[in-house]
Amino acid sequence: MSNDLFNSFMTGPDEKGRFGDFGGRFVSETLMPLILSLEEHYEAAKTDPSFWAEMDDLWTHYVGRPSPLYYAARMTEHFGGAKIYLKRDELNHTGAHKINNVLGQILLARRMGKKRIIAETGAGQHGVATATVCAKFGLKCVVYMGAHDVERQAPNVFRMRLLGAEVVPVTSGRGTLKDAMNDALRDWVTNVHDTFYCIGTVAGPHPYPAMVRDFQSVIGKEVRWQLAEQEGEGRLPDTVIAAIGGGSNAMGLFFPFLDDKSVNIIGVEAGGKGVNAKMEHCASLTGGRPGVLHGNRTYLLQDDDGQILEGFSISAGLDYPGIGPEHSWLHDTGRAEYVSITDAEALEAFQLSCALEGIIPALEPCHALAHVAKIAPNLPADHILVMNMCGRGDKDIYTVARHLGFDMEGAPEGR
Amino acid sequence: MTRIDAKFADLRAQGKKAFVAYVMAGDPDYDTSLELVKGLPGAGVDVIELGMPFTDPMADGPTIQLAGQRALAAGQTLQKTLDMAAEFRKGDDTTPIVMMGYYNPIYNRGVARFLDDARAAGIDGLIVVDLPPEEDEELCIPAAKAGLNFIRLATPTTDNKRLPKVLENTSGFVYYVSITGITGSAEAEAADVAPEVARIKSQTDLPVIVGFGINSPEKAEAIAGVADGCVVGSAIVGELAKGRPVNEVLNFVAGLSGGAHRA
Repeated sequence: MSNDLFNSFMTGPDEKGRFGDFGGRFVSETLMPLILSLEEHYEAAKTDPSFWAEMDDLWTHYVGRPSPLYYAARMTEHFGGAKIYLKRDELNHTGAHKINNVLGQILLARRMGKKRIIAETGAGQHGVATATVCAKFGLKCVVYMGAHDVERQAPNVFRMRLLGAEVVPVTSGRGTLKDAMNDALRDWVTNVHDTFYCIGTVAGPHPYPAMVRDFQSVIGKEVRWQLAEQEGEGRLPDTVIAAIGGGSNAMGLFFPFLDDKSVNIIGVEAGGKGVNAKMEHCASLTGGRPGVLHGNRTYLLQDDDGQILEGFSISAGLDYPGIGPEHSWLHDTGRAEYVSITDAEALEAFQLSCALEGIIPALEPCHALAHVAKIAPNLPADHILVMNMCGRGDKDIYTVARHLGFDMEGAPEGR
Repeated sequence: MTRIDAKFADLRAQGKKAFVAYVMAGDPDYDTSLELVKGLPGAGVDVIELGMPFTDPMADGPTIQLAGQRALAAGQTLQKTLDMAAEFRKGDDTTPIVMMGYYNPIYNRGVARFLDDARAAGIDGLIVVDLPPEEDEELCIPAAKAGLNFIRLATPTTDNKRLPKVLENTSGFVYYVSITGITGSAEAEAADVAPEVARIKSQTDLPVIVGFGINSPEKAEAIAGVADGCVVGSAIVGELAKGRPVNEVLNFVAGLSGGAHRA
């Protein structure tokens, strides 16, 4: 990679919401004024110290930030190579990184005077985070969730309902995250005056990819000072690695390191049953090509006619045929490397994390961990690898039990 | 001058409002759909909107979503939609055809190649829902250069400040979306639509055609009465979805066009 690439990777997107050729504002005219208004309010909030002071206060006292940066000693010893740190975002309130972004968007919605919040969710983590913050602020919350995901993530559906949210099962398409996003957009186009659409990942029309990244960047910013505290002033990670569905936890970890040339950046996509011609995976970058969906141009799983394909993954949170546009750009510029991990490899990593570190992880970060398992043994002992443990596994125990052939009496029927 | 411009000039000379019909290409299958399209001019349709099926039609309600799914399941592709238009053109060289849908299948084919093919197939205009003026260099400007009209949607959220931007590169006609919402949902009200049409007409000489929420001859008459014409989509697609034979669907269309033409 040539040095001139490193002028800066942190200035995007441009005024049209583009990261190179990716991103943009591919929405219907009805939504366009709403998106411009959102951008205007976000730009104002971004430079308003009182906005960030409120965020910091809630991150500290409501979410429990900073999340620990944990040296995984037994895992390090087990792999016998790189020194492994886990960024413990699974310890956040609501059990994942999703709430970092939700808090930012809900504070913005309050500033804009919006009283009704809609969201899409796959695994349910973003839906739970949105329902949680809406409950805290007394806002009406409607969560669109694919009917298939409603079934396989029953505990999160119940949590959202306990928190007062209306969960709408989406039956169009195959009933997963993509279809939930379609229906959320249809709701927004219908309820333009009072509704704020709280997108859960670094995708969608500008300004969402940049805004969600900015809110999630708290992850990488913490890693910078936490690692310096533990490893000495100025010490940066040698590799940062995270799982990618839409890519928000990864963007949050990666972004503060984009201009640090020495830091390797690796995103791990869901390889499902394997990235092959049968398309039984969700690896948009390794198995897709550029297209336009949900307001942005990015890598997508699609057929020869430009019809969008359904992804396939054991992890509902990664089950999306697209990826955030900034990842597409980082992929094409070569600044970040993207790989894929299969369901079977992720399940193996799940068990390893439980056994070696006493951490029951969500299936999403297990994909990142499975890639750590592949590369760590071949790296030297002074190579510091930071992986984002972006969610905990409570929601996945039924899925994992079923795959491991463990009969849980009274468990909801899964597929 | 496209067939669209010629058609509107002709209607204006006759003092008639335009009736625009939307059908989903390939729904429920290629042959039935072609038969329906061929019958539309005889049922009083002035402009045909030919829907391009897409897996993720974010601005459409269940009726058109399902039509798209039926078409795709029956093997419809963008190529077949172009073939259908070309087949129609063999027997009709005056009725304008506007292709309507979403950007990805076009982007996937390649904009230059698509525009060449669309012209060759006798297409006159395009409505691409997810291309607002902010993305004009993607398709709108290349389409205009290729001699195709790019018809823009104006909506209740398009305020006066924004309207000039929406009208700037629009040609053929302006499609006013009568409601905030998806196709086939709420009903349009002439009393709400009239001032909006007047607002748009104060800034453009293009015809203003109103769509969304029109489902009966009476509604077509009322809405066309306060604009230059109206569009009906979901109601027609819905008749076909009931399993009605093509001639009955065309009778239904004739009723709607009769309403619009009485206005």
